[in-house]
Amino acid sequence: MVSQNQRIRPPLTSSIAVNSVLVIAALYFLLPILWVLVAATKSPGELFSSFGLWFTNSPQAWENLRNVFTQDGGIFTAWVLNSVLYSAVGALVATALSAACGYAIAKYAFAGRELLFSIILGGVLVPATVIALPLYFLLNAVDLTGTYWSVLLPSMVSPFGVYLARIHANAAVPDEIIEAARIDGAGDLRIFAAIATRMMSPALVTIFLFQFVTIWNNYLLPLVMLNETKTFPLTLGLTLWNSQTQRDPMFYQLVVTGSALSVVLLVALMIGLQRFWRADLTAGASKG
Amino acid sequence: MFAAFFIAPIVYAIGDSLFSTKASGLGFGAPEKVFVFLDNYAAALSNPSFVASLGRLLAFAAIEVPLMVVTAVGLALLIDSASARFPRLFRVVFFIPYGVPGVIAALLWGFLYIPATSPILQVLSAAGISVNPLDTNSILFAIANIALWGFAGYNMFILIAALNAIPSELFEAAKIDGASEWAITWRIKLPLVRPSVILVTVFTIIGTLQLFVEPLVLRPLTTAISSDYTPNLAAYNQSFSQGNPNLAAAMAVIVAVLGFAFSFGFLRLVNRKGNRAW
Repeated sequence: MVSQNQRIRPPLTSSIAVNSVLVIAALYFLLPILWVLVAATKSPGELFSSFGLWFTNSPQAWENLRNVFTQDGGIFTAWVLNSVLYSAVGALVATALSAACGYAIAKYAFAGRELLFSIILGGVLVPATVIALPLYFLLNAVDLTGTYWSVLLPSMVSPFGVYLARIHANAAVPDEIIEAARIDGAGDLRIFAAIATRMMSPALVTIFLFQFVTIWNNYLLPLVMLNETKTFPLTLGLTLWNSQTQRDPMFYQLVVTGSALSVVLLVALMIGLQRFWRADLTAGASKG
Repeated sequence: MFAAFFIAPIVYAIGDSLFSTKASGLGFGAPEKVFVFLDNYAAALSNPSFVASLGRLLAFAAIEVPLMVVTAVGLALLIDSASARFPRLFRVVFFIPYGVPGVIAALLWGFLYIPATSPILQVLSAAGISVNPLDTNSILFAIANIALWGFAGYNMFILIAALNAIPSELFEAAKIDGASEWAITWRIKLPLVRPSVILVTVFTIIGTLQLFVEPLVLRPLTTAISSDYTPNLAAYNQSFSQGNPNLAAAMAVIVAVLGFAFSFGFLRLVNRKGNRAW
């Protein structure tokens, strides 16, 4: 967002300095992505014998892509679909639960409300890795480890989401509207589903996106939980291939092309959804 | 009466998160078979390689946290400054790595750290400079760089949002009073985004202490990383290859406690120095 101070033109020297730093930073952030896109067009041999940032004379992007999708009986497609499934379903349920919890904590006075909220806030600060191992033993006790549920269920809980939802329910849903709807005879459930969720929708989109990316990027949880390759998400699958590179160098190219694909997939998603990334909500949250 | 409907998912959600968290200390630190109380903690803390991994983690945090916060604040201020030409474009570019999973980021940087595939090292060696980022001495910086690459843009995003929330009247008033861009940055912008800077710092501290994926992925490339390089790696190994989940749980709890101690220590420090920010 361009702020008001744009009106006065700053001196040229500072402009050059600021913009060159920004360009250098941009190159830094793009470097690995450019590298992987170039590398994905090379043969396994060329990968290690040519200059990293330029194409070789015999690009074979198509062949590499075909290899990625046919290796191990097309398991790469399954990994992509698994990642989408875990992220989409997990984020959707997490958003719904967060909305309900956040709204209830914001709008209903009940005993222990503040205590509950403090516990949730504490949950934001607990590192995910600390939870993953005990979670494995818990789910193992009910025979859920190794199933889709073992990754989905823990993904559905988002303390940060509840936190954002509460802040936003407080700010965006006026008590008067709830009162008015009650007088008109709407039940609490209907007020929540038809009125509150709509007023909270910008926050809900943010919660969904944050949770989606969190689950998509998650590695430890599936690593701990899953043992069958066909249930793996993309991150776990690619590291599985990476671990086989020492046995067969062919896998290097598979890892590179697979990474390139997953990067392209997510970058497209992020740029496409750019306007939905409302970080100002988190900014407001930090003042709470 | 419908309130009960809302309480059910809360109890479920809280129960789930709370149970798993607490269980790490109570259920597994002292397993049901034999009550060993603090024995596992004693075992973990008397294990020299675990203590070494804790020390390594602290060294890593000492590099990573200031680096991350300074970079994120710097980039946010630059993009927000009047001199920046394409603030939206830069914002998107810096944010992109957040969408790249940590594992894949580590894989990519892994390739950029070995001379055979890295364009940077190729250029440097052509110029007669030979660097090995995966050397024992520089490995922590190599890992810090991966984490910085992945999260600096995300943290910057939070800070830019905070900068945008500053009322523009303040800038106009400052300009009328003859304040320079520099003075506005130091006297107005930085103090007003302080709560967000603190938030970013706390998140970075917590994230830093979870260090796991990057060393795990880089391990095959270098001898500088052992199987218990970080406490989380050690815990993972104890649990899955050494068959000692109770010790692993104790290790995980130690890391968590450390995280809490640092987060709250940091919050107390900043709250004492100035006005309450959290």
